[in-house]
Amino acid sequence: MERIFLFLYQYRAFFTFLALELFCAWLIIQNNQYHGARFFNSSNNMVGGLNNFSQNMRDYFSLREVNSVLAEENARLRKSLELRNQIIVSGTIADEVLVPRFDFISAKVVNNSTDRYTNFITINKGSREGIEAGMAVISPQGVVGKVKMTSSHFSVVTSLLNIDLRISGLLKRTGHFGTIQWDGRDPQVVEFEFIPRHVKVMVGDTVITSGYSGVFPEGILIGTVEEIDLREEAPFYEMRVRLAQDFRKLSFVSVVKSNLLHELDSLELQIPDLKR
Amino acid sequence: MNRSIVLQVLVFFIYLFFQVLILKNAVMFHVAFCFLYIGYLLLMPVETNPLILMALGFVLGFSVDVFYDSLGLHALSSVFIMYVRNYWLAGLTPQGGYDANALPSVANNGVQWFITYVLPPIFLHHTILFFTEAGGFDYFWHTLTKVFASSGYTLLVMLIVEYVFPGRRS
Repeated sequence: MERIFLFLYQYRAFFTFLALELFCAWLIIQNNQYHGARFFNSSNNMVGGLNNFSQNMRDYFSLREVNSVLAEENARLRKSLELRNQIIVSGTIADEVLVPRFDFISAKVVNNSTDRYTNFITINKGSREGIEAGMAVISPQGVVGKVKMTSSHFSVVTSLLNIDLRISGLLKRTGHFGTIQWDGRDPQVVEFEFIPRHVKVMVGDTVITSGYSGVFPEGILIGTVEEIDLREEAPFYEMRVRLAQDFRKLSFVSVVKSNLLHELDSLELQIPDLKR
Repeated sequence: MNRSIVLQVLVFFIYLFFQVLILKNAVMFHVAFCFLYIGYLLLMPVETNPLILMALGFVLGFSVDVFYDSLGLHALSSVFIMYVRNYWLAGLTPQGGYDANALPSVANNGVQWFITYVLPPIFLHHTILFFTEAGGFDYFWHTLTKVFASSGYTLLVMLIVEYVFPGRRS
């Protein structure tokens, strides 16, 4: 027994090293899972507060651009509101059929990265404002990501620029859908896969969200096809899509609260083989 | 003694906040990252106990991780180079040995020695960091580019800091 202790003591540096490294590895693995460590990340209030301060400093440099983007979006929204009012007034759609499928919660980005393989965005709204893990996040110019976890005042969003996130995309012109995933290289370009080879794809085609999963509203812009690659005997295209949203300039986002998600889920759950 | 510990703690926080508030935003060409915080660990006095070194590496790495949303990643890499550091220093002992409580700095040992001392740990740290982050060797060449570019960047900034604050913590 004594010799064991002596042995442990003699190699204490090595054993401490081993213990610490194993602990770190465990943390990394934990953190990669969906609901990882809840406290030690940038949605923690203290860290979030500090990031908030840091972002406030940086905000001054992008004010002009943010203003113009918001103004453009306002104009677009006013137009569609007007259109909708006309439809209701003209009586083609009964008002009670128009269930508000999605609610939007506006939030400010307080922390953002684009250059790593697993990028996350921290926003300044949390569970107090009704944000939950799994909600979609969009910006005036396109898709941003999915909420990973929340604290009372902040949320961490898995950015679309994260090699672990996949979302369903739709080729607007033809209506075929595939999968969008980032390849970890250029922060302005993502991969678009699983469009079958019989489809005629052109450079410049618009890619939007499909809305099949019920998380993202349908028709949110993702980007435009930039490069098309079809290998011989490959059943699917491999495409590269230029993102509409420049993730390095992200400042205001909207979190999408899907009101019908539970209804959709409980309906689809009754069919065991249904896979999304 | 007490004063030097207070100073040490202060320098710790300066490195930490400089890293997470400023250098975090100073990424060049999407591939070159500067992780100056390991300079704090590499510049601890030569005879520091390896247990203390690893504990410091863990605490500093962990604090950086909290801000980078990459729990455990920086801690893992930092603890690793802290374990290796003293063996490496022993192998680099200049003629006549180190002075008592000496810092492994440019002022004490010259630039050439300093670069030979810091470059391998920096490279090792970045290799572990980026390959763990990428989750394996799927993106091998791109990750390797990141490792090389970032190592150079970190070394450069570390040298600048060494020349601007040469008498640090002596």
